[in-house]
Amino acid sequence: MDWQIFGVWLAAFMTLGIISFLYKDNVFYKAAEAIFIGISAGYWFIVFFWDSMVGKFYVQAIESPEPEHHVWVGLILGILMLARLSNKVGWIARWPLAFVVGATAGLYMMMFFVSNAMVQVQSTIMPLWETGDGWFTVFNNIVIIIGVTCGLVYFFFSKKHEGAFGVAAKIGIWFLMVTFGASFGYTVMSRMSLMLGRLDFLFGTWLEMIP
Amino acid sequence: MTKQAILAGVILVVLLSAGAFGQDRPEAVVDSSNLTGAILPAPVTNIEAKNHKYDDGERIDLFWEKSVDDPDNIFGYKVYRIDKDGASELVRELLPGTTEYFDEEVENDVPYQYIVAVVGEAGEAPSEMTPEVMAAWEFFNFSKLNILILGFIVCGSVLFFISSAKSGKKLFIRKIGGLEALEEAVGRATEMGRPILFIPGILDLDDVQTLAAITILGKVSRVIADYDSKILMPVSRSLVMTSARETIKESYMSAGRPDGYNDNMVQYITDEQFGYVAAVNGIMVREKPATCLYLGAFFAESLILAETGNSIGAIQIAGTARPGQLPFFVAACDYTLIGEELFAASAYLSGDPKQLGSLKGQDIGKIVAMSAIILGTLAMTFASAWELGFMQSLLDILNSIFVTN
Repeated sequence: MDWQIFGVWLAAFMTLGIISFLYKDNVFYKAAEAIFIGISAGYWFIVFFWDSMVGKFYVQAIESPEPEHHVWVGLILGILMLARLSNKVGWIARWPLAFVVGATAGLYMMMFFVSNAMVQVQSTIMPLWETGDGWFTVFNNIVIIIGVTCGLVYFFFSKKHEGAFGVAAKIGIWFLMVTFGASFGYTVMSRMSLMLGRLDFLFGTWLEMIP
Repeated sequence: MTKQAILAGVILVVLLSAGAFGQDRPEAVVDSSNLTGAILPAPVTNIEAKNHKYDDGERIDLFWEKSVDDPDNIFGYKVYRIDKDGASELVRELLPGTTEYFDEEVENDVPYQYIVAVVGEAGEAPSEMTPEVMAAWEFFNFSKLNILILGFIVCGSVLFFISSAKSGKKLFIRKIGGLEALEEAVGRATEMGRPILFIPGILDLDDVQTLAAITILGKVSRVIADYDSKILMPVSRSLVMTSARETIKESYMSAGRPDGYNDNMVQYITDEQFGYVAAVNGIMVREKPATCLYLGAFFAESLILAETGNSIGAIQIAGTARPGQLPFFVAACDYTLIGEELFAASAYLSGDPKQLGSLKGQDIGKIVAMSAIILGTLAMTFASAWELGFMQSLLDILNSIFVTN
């Protein structure tokens, strides 16, 4: 049996099974869905086992000639997660969750503050016009300043959007919507290329209708 | 020419024998074999080696003024590092025109000295040896003091508003459209006898959007528990599953209906993005939820989910801070929480003083940002167009406040 041909046919039927969802939910979609979920869940279990348990814990904490002892903290937190299996000590499982949530918030706070706030402010400070600037550059600079400022006004939660403040917020949401429109078109085009890739597989690799 | 060469050779020999380049300098450092023929280039001057400030002790900065023969009569520069035992090592060869070198191959708290030799046709002309310098570790990075101050302003505002809210002062938060509709959406599902689908994105608990989604889940599940409705929550991460179960369980308990909760409300599907999407789509068309909530971090699956929800006639509320996915939610959902509205949602819904204070404090941060942008833009425009000195000073101040490197 040629396994390569088998693989191509299997991939083709799986592709058609998933695409058949566009018509309605049916047995082929259900089969493709179940196979996809089952295989991927098993695959990720193995990936996590070898990456985390073996790659990060066993290799670094036990096998290494210079063991990294802090890795044991991760193992202990992981074991605490299993406390959920018991009704009596299930509450202990909240500790590792609290650790993850707290550590995440603390680690990301400064990173986001710098990259999402300070860098943005610094990048937006620009001259509206300079000697030698063309009208398009001046227009571009004005659009950026108004867009950013009005966008910030929209995300200001302490004041009602009414009067001049409301007008600025309205301009801000218009800027956002225009941006979303451009982003929508751009992304749809990239999704078209994904669909063409699948069609190329079906008509080329599988049916061999494309030379 | 010959006289000059001989004179230069004699001077060099005299200088070397007099130890003019430093008594401890190892002789192997400088290749002075060619003492006849071409003239040695002039050495570099004002060489200075300094500990690199505000790092973890892994760098020494070396500066010098280039040789007067640079660039016409030299091939380049050689940097020698001399350790405490007097052993020298060539650490880098540099091109003509170079006036600095950052040595990042040094050990913490170990003394080093440096020589920069100018390489010419006649050989190498060494500089004076620098005094001993050590790469030292600093506890506090003063170059980031501005970040600390700005952080204090924002965090101080947050603390101030939290304390105001706790003291009973009512803090105003403007209406957020999608959240106003939340209770109505849950009520609709209850009336129709259909479940509510809650998707918390596809990232793990280490993403703030997932955290925001779980916080909102607390309020939503409380309403669901009050209405005795049903929630479906397929997830793609095991940690999210655990925390979501905890959250919903707590909501049911606080609603006085602990027996209404069961673990099957939250189901782990798979970590695989499109495997998860295939499963959620299947759940949607089979269970036909009346309300779909997509709150968290989404990627390419956003439109697939929202379109399927649309096809089954569900009322849909979405929220994400991923700019690339917002257009799809805006196009396909009834209400969309845009960016920070997702993070404001939990404060808005809960009315918790800590969260409200945090939101108000962030608004102070936005006022600072807006003021800086407007002031900075005006200052830069006037400074460049009319060369106004005080505007340039204002701009420099703003730059020093918002500099990040």
